[in-house]
Amino acid sequence: MKAPRVARFSLALYLVALALHHVPLVADEGRAATEYNDVDSEQPAVFAKIPEKARTCANPLVNDPDAVAAGKKLFVQHCAECHGQEGRGAPKAPSLRSGPIRTATPGMLFWILSNGVVRSGMPVWSKLPEPQRWQVVSYIKSLSPLTFEGQAKAVKKDSAAKNATDH
Amino acid sequence: MVTYDHYLEEPGNLDVEYFSTFATQRGGNDFHSYWLEFEYGAKAWWTTEFYLDGQTTFGDSSLFTGFRWENRFRLLQFEHFVNPVLYVEYEQINGADKILKEIEGHDIEDDTAEANAIARQDTDHELEFKLLLSKSFKGWNVALNPLFTKNFSPSEPWEFGYAVGASRPLALKASPRLCNFCRENFIAGVEMYGGLGDAESPGLHDTSHYLAPAVAWNLPSGWTVRVSPGFGLNDNSHRLLLRWGLSYEFVGFGDALKRLFGDRQ
Repeated sequence: MKAPRVARFSLALYLVALALHHVPLVADEGRAATEYNDVDSEQPAVFAKIPEKARTCANPLVNDPDAVAAGKKLFVQHCAECHGQEGRGAPKAPSLRSGPIRTATPGMLFWILSNGVVRSGMPVWSKLPEPQRWQVVSYIKSLSPLTFEGQAKAVKKDSAAKNATDH
Repeated sequence: MVTYDHYLEEPGNLDVEYFSTFATQRGGNDFHSYWLEFEYGAKAWWTTEFYLDGQTTFGDSSLFTGFRWENRFRLLQFEHFVNPVLYVEYEQINGADKILKEIEGHDIEDDTAEANAIARQDTDHELEFKLLLSKSFKGWNVALNPLFTKNFSPSEPWEFGYAVGASRPLALKASPRLCNFCRENFIAGVEMYGGLGDAESPGLHDTSHYLAPAVAWNLPSGWTVRVSPGFGLNDNSHRLLLRWGLSYEFVGFGDALKRLFGDRQ
């Protein structure tokens, strides 16, 4: 009697898992990647979730001469599989050299790295100690640095988006 | 080694591990038990694992003891003060299984003293639930795992257990060069785990408990080595549980499979 009941249970559990695997809980991963890849797109929805305090958080390693090189090493180990070796994007994840990621503040990138975008398939990276996450942020910001004018535009756009969300 | 944090396998990656436990046994022969584990990141919020268990009891025999199917589900979208993950595992193992993956109920050293030929005649079908609570702060990770197990046999009560642990990398900053022996590749920690009785007789009587320092060495090539000597804290515990594991992470395994079967996405 025991074995058939266990077999039925196992089959049911397997079917539930299979269904979950093919029907993501909330969002479609492919769609999220496309939205991020669009240079002219509005900021991804996750940006609106970033608390104000986190947005303005400065990179404590900004003057560390090794931060970019160490960040590159970590990026290749943990991020390149999805974002591409040079951060140019891939089918699974967006480019980090253009669009809203390029104009995001270091604090915003750190927050996204720490919290992940689980619905879109990006894991939580708070398992890396804080200094290592800042090293990754240093590397990402070095991929395509903004001019002074670009930075001003980015801050203005971020403020406008934040105000729109608040109201 | 026993305590889980809230971090899941990255989506599409497959981690394969050989894991082993050597234990001293009073009133019987020392034994060496092992599993082969396949851990796959199905989603950023779901990791699924399959285990094949076996053991060798010195002066007795070696045998396959069963399998486990484990699933971990992240419950919250973002990081919080404490991060919960739901752990659900189905086990179909026989009475000779000695891997001691977790200690639950009234598990004590005497349970593993029986000869393999007798112990293997029992087959257990169990469902195990854990709430993995974990937090990372200033490089430290602290985790607490309360455990609830139910044998499918109606006469068997719910069993309870716990595992608690803390760990930290030896260096918080990464070195700019690729290196095997950089301090950031080493994680040291300590954990404590044991049983809390069952629904019919909850509490600490007739339970066993262990304290175990642990070290993990993550190599940039994808290999990880873990070692943990566990020491029994009371007379019901094995004096020594020496655990170690060797694992390799296949990055992009899911995508490789998709390409193999013609998914051109």
